[in-house]
Amino acid sequence: MPIFSLASPELALLILSGLILLIDVFTPQRLRFLTYLLVQATLVVAFLLAIAQYRHHAELLVTFNGHYVVDKLAILLKLFIYVMSFASFAYAREYIEERKIASSEYYILGLFCVMGMSVMASAYSLLTIYLGLELLSLPLYALVASHKDSQQATEAAMKYFVMGALASGMLLYGISILYGLTGSIQIPEIARLIHAAPTATVSLALIFILAALLFKFGAVPFHMWVPDVYQGAPTSVTLFIASAPKIAAFGITMRILVQALPELHVAWEQILTVIAFLSMFFGNLLAIVQTNIKRMLAYSSIAHIGYSLLGIIAGPSSHDGYSAALFYITTYVLVAAGAFGIVALLSRTGIEADQLEDYRGLNARNPWLAFMLLLLMFSMAGVPPTVGFFAKLGLLVSLVEAHRVWLAVAALVFALIGAYYYLRVVMLMYFEEPTEANASKPVTLSWDMQLAVTVNGVAVLALGVLPSALIDLCRIVI
Amino acid sequence: MQFHLPLLSMLIWLPLIGAVLVLMTGSDKHANLARWIAVIVAILSLLLCVPLYLGFDPTTYLMQYREDYLWIDSYKIHYSLGIDGISLVMIILTNFTGLLVILAGIEATKLRVAQYMATFLTMQAMIVGVFASMDAILFYVFWEGMLIPMYLNIGMWGSANREYASIKFFLYTFLGSILMLVGLLYLAQQSGSFDIQSFYRLPLTLHEQKLLFFAFLLAFAVKVPMWPVHTWLPDAHTEAPAGGSVVLAALMLKLGVYGFLRFNMPILPVACQELAWLMIILSLIAIVYIGLIAIVQTDMKKLIAYSSISHMGIATLGCFMVYDIVQDTHQLQSAYMSLEGAVIQMVSHAFGSGAMFLGVGWLADRYANHSRLIKSYGGVANTMPVFAAFFMLFALSNVGLPGTAGFVGEFMVIVSAMRAHFWIALIAGSTLILGASYTLWMYKRVFFGPVTNDQVASFKDLNWIEVTNYLLLSAGVFWLGLNPEPVIRVLQVTLGHLLVQSMPYGLAMNLPKDFSYFA
Repeated sequence: MPIFSLASPELALLILSGLILLIDVFTPQRLRFLTYLLVQATLVVAFLLAIAQYRHHAELLVTFNGHYVVDKLAILLKLFIYVMSFASFAYAREYIEERKIASSEYYILGLFCVMGMSVMASAYSLLTIYLGLELLSLPLYALVASHKDSQQATEAAMKYFVMGALASGMLLYGISILYGLTGSIQIPEIARLIHAAPTATVSLALIFILAALLFKFGAVPFHMWVPDVYQGAPTSVTLFIASAPKIAAFGITMRILVQALPELHVAWEQILTVIAFLSMFFGNLLAIVQTNIKRMLAYSSIAHIGYSLLGIIAGPSSHDGYSAALFYITTYVLVAAGAFGIVALLSRTGIEADQLEDYRGLNARNPWLAFMLLLLMFSMAGVPPTVGFFAKLGLLVSLVEAHRVWLAVAALVFALIGAYYYLRVVMLMYFEEPTEANASKPVTLSWDMQLAVTVNGVAVLALGVLPSALIDLCRIVI
Repeated sequence: MQFHLPLLSMLIWLPLIGAVLVLMTGSDKHANLARWIAVIVAILSLLLCVPLYLGFDPTTYLMQYREDYLWIDSYKIHYSLGIDGISLVMIILTNFTGLLVILAGIEATKLRVAQYMATFLTMQAMIVGVFASMDAILFYVFWEGMLIPMYLNIGMWGSANREYASIKFFLYTFLGSILMLVGLLYLAQQSGSFDIQSFYRLPLTLHEQKLLFFAFLLAFAVKVPMWPVHTWLPDAHTEAPAGGSVVLAALMLKLGVYGFLRFNMPILPVACQELAWLMIILSLIAIVYIGLIAIVQTDMKKLIAYSSISHMGIATLGCFMVYDIVQDTHQLQSAYMSLEGAVIQMVSHAFGSGAMFLGVGWLADRYANHSRLIKSYGGVANTMPVFAAFFMLFALSNVGLPGTAGFVGEFMVIVSAMRAHFWIALIAGSTLILGASYTLWMYKRVFFGPVTNDQVASFKDLNWIEVTNYLLLSAGVFWLGLNPEPVIRVLQVTLGHLLVQSMPYGLAMNLPKDFSYFA
């Protein structure tokens, strides 16, 4: 008999999102904002349930016939996922209202994505991993297409869907080989039995699975969809794609690589080293030439994924590699959400503020918003005293400990290249006067948006001054 | 005696809080409020230096005013502050300069005053933090943290080519710091702690020492700046607003030499001895080659910028000559004088070049199109006699006239270099001639002769804020030039200890173990 209480956050998400779907149908148009509030309340409920689990379950608990796990890592990942989804929905509210995107469907699809990510975080067998991944991906394709009048969005959704289906196929293929070799799809069983399998076949499975994972992360050479989807999707969706799913992807990477295939760590370290290097290289280099800020941030996200892989590479031979990677992903997601959030807030009906030009002279138009974006940019560049610095520091400490000094130096050289385009945004905002078209238009925000941006920016600074608590949290769970 | 007030933390956090307050005044409607808050914060910070100096115990080389809190548990990073004699002198200099630039900014800045003042207060806090940090990561945080306000300062209030200059400044210094960070992490890996003092006397092989030496060298050489990584400085100096140039010249350049004294020499003594020849050659190139470049400059700010590089060459020479001196003479006394000369050169250069950058800024403000070209001026002494007199003083200090601050450091470095190597001393001594040529020739063309154009004819002499500024600076120049004793008093034991620490074992064995005669 499965212990249902262990899956309480997912069950709550499932039941409540079903209820909201029903309620929404019978709600008159003018009360539709209720849906938004209910969706956010659902996330709060799931968050509280996960907190309760965190306090009660110190040890690892497995249920649903070994397909589902509750441990500190799973709970923490869920907490991060709920918080970031909450923030993404909050940023999205104004944006989708203005664009007349079907708003209730938007939130409910988003809630299904959250459920998928939640399942990914708790997955303890390859089947559950696949299940969670699809539950995340399918609503996400629909979300990208949610602005149905936009040709760009439709194109992006199509691209995303085709590529995503390919990646899912590869994952399934890898899973089937692993099953053939070990006779099991459960993580601990695979870890126990894998050493008896022939190396060449295992490597084949590893490569298929890695390709699928790296596709979800958006790392070179599986990054082609990232710029197009980030640019084409409505900004509120881009914000969502860039945030919580990265955390969930980290979760399944930990389960598969570290918990199921630790025997192969030499192999996947080598592969990931190449991937991380290329991601940092191409991500940072190609971001320089972009004129569209969404596209620029897309390439920057490729580079940041490269960085976070460094922690996983250093993981087997250092104390804190994995937790450094988790810390990096979490803080990057926080920063990226803020950056895309500001892009969404600056957009007005009919106008997307997605060109770099639109940021010219932002300091003169709204100094506070400019300052928040400045903090986010410096954090992405890894300049102290923002949290981005400590994220990079943790990775470097682990790399040096794992005797990969050259990789640490390479990471920093790419960070230097990256600093250029982040600085360019600051330069446009602060050193130049607004364009004539923009100068007369003041940037005003509603109070909740102002609050969201402020919390986000201040968190980036505060975590940079006092990062200890979050670092410790990331260490405890791994 | 030990003060119980956390003076160092106060010196770091007071300007930061001040910066937040200043920013809260908002738009330029409340510009005067922003100005006065900034001035009051700067004065308070400088006043805090009085108990800092009085309470400092010059008879010990141990770090004083220690504050130590665990900051980031997982990596054993501490919020750990403490100062020795060198840091004390540099911190006082920082707060002094901080007040100067804020005073100078009262009149000069009309646009976005609050943000302007906030960048300076933040910079001041960060620089004090660098001088006071005893934890490697804390040091790095302050070291990098100061880039943001400086970048904004150059970019927002600089002149025409400011965007290029600011980004060049940022990327150059960022490039330098990268390898330093890896070096620090490597050292921490070896010693098991981020405490800078735990790095001293780590058993590192010569190969490791050399690699680390170059890692640190790049960071500090960019900041000093040494030839050939100096090219960011003329751009940054020229495009920055006057106050920004002063902070760059008076404080940021000193951070590089401070880094040599705090990291390279005591942590990597063998590599320093092995590579001293390289550092000496680079210093001499800076002194002579950059000095020659300064002569042909047509832009006053560029000229002073190159003169800064040349003068910092003396400071780096003084640091790395100690190895040759000890090897040749087998005694520490001349080596000590060389090191002391280097530190005093840092302080005196801050006064001289800071004052000249301020002056050029004031001249350019009075000129209609803010020209900094020497040929735009002529006969300024006729319309601005007070300014001309003050500027003469600082020019002479820059040249190294006995009785002014500029003389003491150069003299000490060159005389002690003479003990070891005649030719090095001779080449270094050329700075006196080169310095005189570029400084006085510029002075002649700008100030003397008949008034050349209507612009100059309409110049008004200094106002009271500017005079206050220059009075403070001249006090500094004369005080250090005539009576450097109060500075030397706090430096003595610290530098003596540093010197012994910086000697490789092979060299140190021939030396008297007791260095109490420095006290």
